[in-house]
Amino acid sequence: MSSTEQTLAADSHAGHNGHHDPHLAHHFDTPEQQYTSGKLGMWMFLGTEVLMFGGLFCAYAVYRHNHPEVFEYAHQYLDRKLGAINTLVLITSSLTMAWGVRAAQMGKRGLLVALLLLTILGGAGFMFIKTIEYSTKWREHIFIGSGNVFYESNPETKPQSVNGLEEEALHINEAKPETVATVKVEPDVVDPNAGTPDAALIKPPNITPAGLSEKVKAGVTERMSYNSLVKQDQTRVYTFFAIYFFMTGLHGVHVLVGMGLITWILVRAARNEFGPTYFTPVDLVGLYWHLVDLIWIFLFPLLYLIH
Amino acid sequence: MTTAAQASHDTDHDHDPGAVHAHIMPPRILLGVYGALVVLTVLTVAVAYLELGKLNIWAAMIIAVIKASLVVLYFMHLKYDNLFNGVVLITALIFVALFIAVTMMDTAEYKPNENQPGTRVMMTSQNGG
Repeated sequence: MSSTEQTLAADSHAGHNGHHDPHLAHHFDTPEQQYTSGKLGMWMFLGTEVLMFGGLFCAYAVYRHNHPEVFEYAHQYLDRKLGAINTLVLITSSLTMAWGVRAAQMGKRGLLVALLLLTILGGAGFMFIKTIEYSTKWREHIFIGSGNVFYESNPETKPQSVNGLEEEALHINEAKPETVATVKVEPDVVDPNAGTPDAALIKPPNITPAGLSEKVKAGVTERMSYNSLVKQDQTRVYTFFAIYFFMTGLHGVHVLVGMGLITWILVRAARNEFGPTYFTPVDLVGLYWHLVDLIWIFLFPLLYLIH
Repeated sequence: MTTAAQASHDTDHDHDPGAVHAHIMPPRILLGVYGALVVLTVLTVAVAYLELGKLNIWAAMIIAVIKASLVVLYFMHLKYDNLFNGVVLITALIFVALFIAVTMMDTAEYKPNENQPGTRVMMTSQNGG
């Protein structure tokens, strides 16, 4: 590089720095270029998010294809009403976020702050309802893996005390008084017609795994009973809940992250940092928030509305 | 560039080099999309109560895809955005579709095992291979 060129470059830079936008990073020529680059980067990131959730959707597809009855039975324990309300809450917070981007673009600070607050409120409402759902399941031992009532009360899958370590682990579990009652296995109901041709004609008795409280049993509109599942499928019911908790759990983490990001944007908006020439952070956080909504749009019918 | 886009830009700072030219979503469209999303949510719940057999899952997924498209095109501005951002999203979706489709091709090779209820067996094998 010749010295003339160097001087020219330095000159143009100095001139540029003289009057440029404080939000414009050094390596961009114009705010427009910075904005479009930021947006492309965000879309790339959202693409990786789609791929990450794609893995979970794939696990869901394989498992549901192989064991449709398990899904149809187990999903009865999810609360459709709460799921539907949460869908509406998230869609509404998506609207306030999209409107917030508009407010930022038009430089309406007060409106932007109000809309971001509403969006955070929507996220908090979603997490509140999700907490109600999760804690009901936690209380009823409808949880992941060996913490699941369908796992611990099924004679095929319940933990066996084969060595001291596992026995000790079981005792720790039994220390909680309410747990003792829930792990007891109900004796099998003896069907007097078992083994006769009539057996297949008689409606199976409506047994749910021991440990589920009467309240939860009553809440389940038993279109499909536990006993209509074949034995092997009864040992698999807990896997539906593993899929449910991993998918909604990862989604819930995204809602929390989104709420954190919107809080950050809210603080900056209150400081009047955004306007028609600089609103990129509002726009990009908005994109993230809408992605969280998008994932839920698929999770809701797939988990709560199985028919 | 379309005349509509130019028209919307005329209201902004036209030849300001510091301006960022982005589409501003009118309230009419924001509210319209929101209304459609609410209606489709109600619809997807209603459809779940109908007896449609295998069609239930397809109806639910078609409604979900319509809802997702509305969010992506309008709330996420993709309709008015740089085409390349759309290409990035479509690419991710194609790879997810590929991932699920190829895995399901393998899954579909197994059928319920009649000798042992609740287990599955290769389509080609006669008994429990």
